[in-house]
Amino acid sequence: MSATPATTPAPPPPAPPADAPPAQVEAPGYAPSWSVGDKIGVGLAWFAGLLLCVIAGSIVIYMLVRGIQYVSFDLLTKHPQPSLDQSKSGGFLDPIIGTFVLTILGTLIAAPLGVAIAVWLSEYGKPAWLARAVESGIEIVAGIPSIVLAIFGLLVFSNAAFGFLSFTAEGGAVFGRSFFTAGAMMGLLALPLVVGATREALQAIPIHVREASYALGKDRASTIRRVLLPAARPGIATGTSLGMGRIAGDTAIVVILLGASLQLQEENSFPILGDLKGTGSTLTSYVYNNSPAGEGNAPEKAYAAAFVLLAIVILLNFAVDLISRRRKVSWQS
Amino acid sequence: MSATREDRRVGLTLGALSSLVLLLIAGMIFFVLEKAWPSFSHNGLSWFGAKGEVDAQLTEIFNSPADPNNYVYTIGAWPLIYATALVTFLSVALATVFSVLSAIFIVEFAPDRLRRVLEPVVRLLAAVPSVIYGLIGILVIVPFVADHFVTEGARESVRFVIQLDGTSLAVATAILTVMITPIMIAIIVDALRTVPQGWTQGAVALGVNRWRAMRTIAVRTARPAIVAAAVLASARALGEAIMLSMVSGSVGFAPNPLDGYIFLLEPARPLAATIVDNAEGLSVVPFGQTLYAFAAVLLVSTAMLSLGGWYARRALRKYTVTR
Repeated sequence: MSATPATTPAPPPPAPPADAPPAQVEAPGYAPSWSVGDKIGVGLAWFAGLLLCVIAGSIVIYMLVRGIQYVSFDLLTKHPQPSLDQSKSGGFLDPIIGTFVLTILGTLIAAPLGVAIAVWLSEYGKPAWLARAVESGIEIVAGIPSIVLAIFGLLVFSNAAFGFLSFTAEGGAVFGRSFFTAGAMMGLLALPLVVGATREALQAIPIHVREASYALGKDRASTIRRVLLPAARPGIATGTSLGMGRIAGDTAIVVILLGASLQLQEENSFPILGDLKGTGSTLTSYVYNNSPAGEGNAPEKAYAAAFVLLAIVILLNFAVDLISRRRKVSWQS
Repeated sequence: MSATREDRRVGLTLGALSSLVLLLIAGMIFFVLEKAWPSFSHNGLSWFGAKGEVDAQLTEIFNSPADPNNYVYTIGAWPLIYATALVTFLSVALATVFSVLSAIFIVEFAPDRLRRVLEPVVRLLAAVPSVIYGLIGILVIVPFVADHFVTEGARESVRFVIQLDGTSLAVATAILTVMITPIMIAIIVDALRTVPQGWTQGAVALGVNRWRAMRTIAVRTARPAIVAAAVLASARALGEAIMLSMVSGSVGFAPNPLDGYIFLLEPARPLAATIVDNAEGLSVVPFGQTLYAFAAVLLVSTAMLSLGGWYARRALRKYTVTR
């Protein structure tokens, strides 16, 4: 580099772009050559990256336009009615309630169980073979299609033993479809996400933090409760919100295991339990049933409900973003 | 540190809770296979074969007599299995190329500003519910394809076999590609970032340009992660039901590559979509058992794929020296 003669005032080299690797200060005359193939490669990479933005942007903008076009206050606050005349078929208040109830139920199952499994995997993990088996088991659960979860749930919860969770017909046949049963399967759907994020957060805590706690005379259990879990809270929150997004967006389980009845059908008139034992629908099943693929065939309503659904999912995503941005705990003193 | 009694109790409780997952998977495989068994045992290996019109067979099963001795089980699920494999393979192949390129772009070439946009974009694409993809597909893309790509001649040529109405293999593949790409990008980007910086920087210092350094060193090092991503994405693609039932056409038909470009416009209904489309029939005993047989095939194959992807990623973790 210092070969430049002092007599010729060298023009200041152009400032390297911010993202260039520092190793780009190569000797003059050895500038990396770019063959045509390389240029095409970089061009394709740019194309792929920009295409991603275009696809995401057009989905969001298209749904936004349709949403503004079709969503009205009436739609959001009226109960759906079974009617062929679209002006009389009401809004989608019940599906909105259904989405929230189901998401909460699923999260109530997934979050504690997921955190427990993550803590065990990362802090105990003995015997090792069992830990490895559980780890791969979580991976398998993550890969099971929700449609398979749904009809497995139907198989299990139609058993007489689980009759207390859903509607039981005169002859003793158990219906198997209710908020409880759908919520249980939704919990399984969200479980791997909670386990993954919590585990990652726990593993990011350096070992010396644990050792400091042990040195103060705490045992492993109280270290987990007092030190590790509070520190892993952002990770737990991230996993939980990802799981909630997954639950809110799932259709197959709702269509098969929640009954996808238009209105909330309570099993008996007992205040809350009666509703949870009954069937209902969520925004996803409402969209599905109102699309040309379902029976309703009312695209405007499908668009409106899809817009609300997308808004919920984007809000959850935004929450994940906020949480992960705040996670800047430095363990180095 | 000596383990206190409390400590041991907590460990045992958590361990028992975790083992529940294994119990659950074992139970799931057992119960689904048990329920599906009559369908498999009546057909033997020809269950997986082609035996003519699969939709006609399904109707036959649905209408079978109520007497358990006369249940009809005859089915050759090949058109559905073939459609599943075809849609999965095509979309995973497309998504692999697309996601490797995007991952390279995100890690190496994107300007800082764009990168900060891209990460939420990828997460958003992964989070959009499949029913919304399906809705856009059936209301926007399918009519577009029907108007612009399906020519009158093409429609005429297959009139006696199937209807070409835009719900097609091509639309299903395209949307599925968009749905699985973000999952793959997340895994590949992670892997590319764990490639020790010294390796690519060393290459650049030797006078190799940035693209070559990425392609020949970073992407090669991350190869196990790319395999893992493709495997996990195929598990996801196999199980996608709602979107595919909306856009792939409700006909159990095996598209024939020899049809030329019409091949891409032919309907193809995969296994998962078949279950959703016929969910009302679950209470008819033999029909339900047939649907559970479809589910069993999906369950076993996705479980294998998940395990495969998990091993591939573990192998990767062993190789990476530094974080």
